[in-house]
Amino acid sequence: MEGKGQGIATRDAYGEALLELGKKRAEVVVLDADLSGSTKTGKFAKAFPERFYNLGVSEQDLIGTASGLSLTGKLPFASTFAVFETGRAWEQIRQTVCYSNLNVKLVATHSGITVGEDGASHQAIEDVALMRVLPNMTVIVPSDGNETRQVVNVISDYRGPVYVRLGRTKVLDVMPDDYEFKIGKAYIFNIGKDANIVAMGIMVSMAIEAARVLKRDGIDTGVVNMSTVKPLDTKTLLKASRACKLIVTAEEHSIIGGLGGAVSEFLSENYPVKIRRIGLMDDFGCSGPPEELLKFYGLTPENIVKTIKEVLT
Amino acid sequence: MKSDITTRDIDFLKEKARIIRIEILKMLTEAGSGHTGGSLSTADIVTALYFYKMRHKPKDPKWRERDRFILSKGHAAPVLYAALALSGYFDKSLLNTLRKLGSPLQGHPCSKMLQGVEISTGSLGQGLSIANGIAIGLKLDGLASRVYCLLGDGETQEGQVWEAAMTAAHYRLDNLCAIIDNNGLQIDGYCSDVMCIEPIVDKWEAFGWYVIDINGHDMEAIVNAFNEAETVKNKPTMIVARTVKGKGVSFFEGKVQYHGITPTREELERALKELGGDGG
Repeated sequence: MEGKGQGIATRDAYGEALLELGKKRAEVVVLDADLSGSTKTGKFAKAFPERFYNLGVSEQDLIGTASGLSLTGKLPFASTFAVFETGRAWEQIRQTVCYSNLNVKLVATHSGITVGEDGASHQAIEDVALMRVLPNMTVIVPSDGNETRQVVNVISDYRGPVYVRLGRTKVLDVMPDDYEFKIGKAYIFNIGKDANIVAMGIMVSMAIEAARVLKRDGIDTGVVNMSTVKPLDTKTLLKASRACKLIVTAEEHSIIGGLGGAVSEFLSENYPVKIRRIGLMDDFGCSGPPEELLKFYGLTPENIVKTIKEVLT
Repeated sequence: MKSDITTRDIDFLKEKARIIRIEILKMLTEAGSGHTGGSLSTADIVTALYFYKMRHKPKDPKWRERDRFILSKGHAAPVLYAALALSGYFDKSLLNTLRKLGSPLQGHPCSKMLQGVEISTGSLGQGLSIANGIAIGLKLDGLASRVYCLLGDGETQEGQVWEAAMTAAHYRLDNLCAIIDNNGLQIDGYCSDVMCIEPIVDKWEAFGWYVIDINGHDMEAIVNAFNEAETVKNKPTMIVARTVKGKGVSFFEGKVQYHGITPTREELERALKELGGDGG
């Protein structure tokens, strides 16, 4: 159950996977808004310049153009930073992509506070909430490079709007080599009798570390990687909830409207159980090195351990 | 540029536009809400597209080689619905269901509900970006199909329109022809009072477009403009159509209050008389 060591940033895995997908499928087109070096779509651009469209600094036009391409049977991947993709262009995503249920893949990087030094203006902590509320939208938050590569392939075979949330900094490899990603299927590392941590993205590796510490201290804690936030894997959620006394959600996102919101909504109606949400506590991020920011905002194994111990002891 | 279109062709199109105006007024009266002025001001342009210029197959709405029409000013839905019905995309009787619960004729066009609607619109400023994406896709596929996109003049106050204006010029989308319904009015009053959009021709030229400035109710001028646009290479074309809001019904013409309200039964009768009969 331990992390398998230093991996790569999910954005890097995206860049590689997109390039491979481009080789296999001629209908794949990629669009970016002047951030192709950072989102790693630049790799695809270099290999397939005739299928890459830079829209310049114009996120609303990015979404509209991608939508138009999908209407001619192309498979567009539109990328920029998460805060601009989901925030600046939210209403374009609502009106054009989701209302018309278009086959557009929105893959955004630089989510959460691990953007680091650029500060709050560039740190999306609301994007999952913004995307989750839209009908027809699927929301996926991969936890490591392996899962990201699989997500890129799986969503290319799925028809309809998808939002994929990726990060800037390196993350530990956590998913087993034989793991197979399926939309709407959470991955159970283990189920604990005392508490279960439901995590997404970079918080999965921290949940694993927290569970290890808690087990040592006699608190049986499980970990679930809820990489598809919408549609939520309610079956797995019920299984984890029925087995224990406390559910803790962990996300590099506001505790409002994201994974914690989704889990709370479902469990309060279907299996009321004690819940604690770990994430940004209705606060903006700020500048600083990613590791320091994670500590500052309590997105650490230590804070997960502390939160669970406070409730259970 | 002159085309080989005959007087008889023009008369046919004028008669179609008259019928479309009648259908617009009837469906809006029945619906009791909707946008009268901007539907009537675009009737001649939309008629020329559906009954002269565009290659399309009403019985095969997804025909790969069709020309595309994007109604960016989605509130003019009635003019699109009338054109689609009269082209044969669906039965004309459906027009009476406009805006009613369960009707595919939503207040603003919905592509998931109605055949012939290329994309849902209604939130202003988004259509041109979508048209660009379609134009790029058609070029990638080596198709000669063209894309037409109709915008309102007030709509050009949306910033996204200018993002899209740059994109179309940057990617040299000469298979794209946009039209601005320049009726000079928006909900809150004259465009020139609410938020000046002039100099409209200079702006589009400065953004790298080929601009044709016409009387948007002169059917021959409309037809010639669409033909001229087809000859333009390496840049998109913008037709600035000078129109009159509420065109065709004297007591609606140029009146800002008819942006978002519909005729009463009595007004409908008077309007139909002016238009010379109920169109059958």
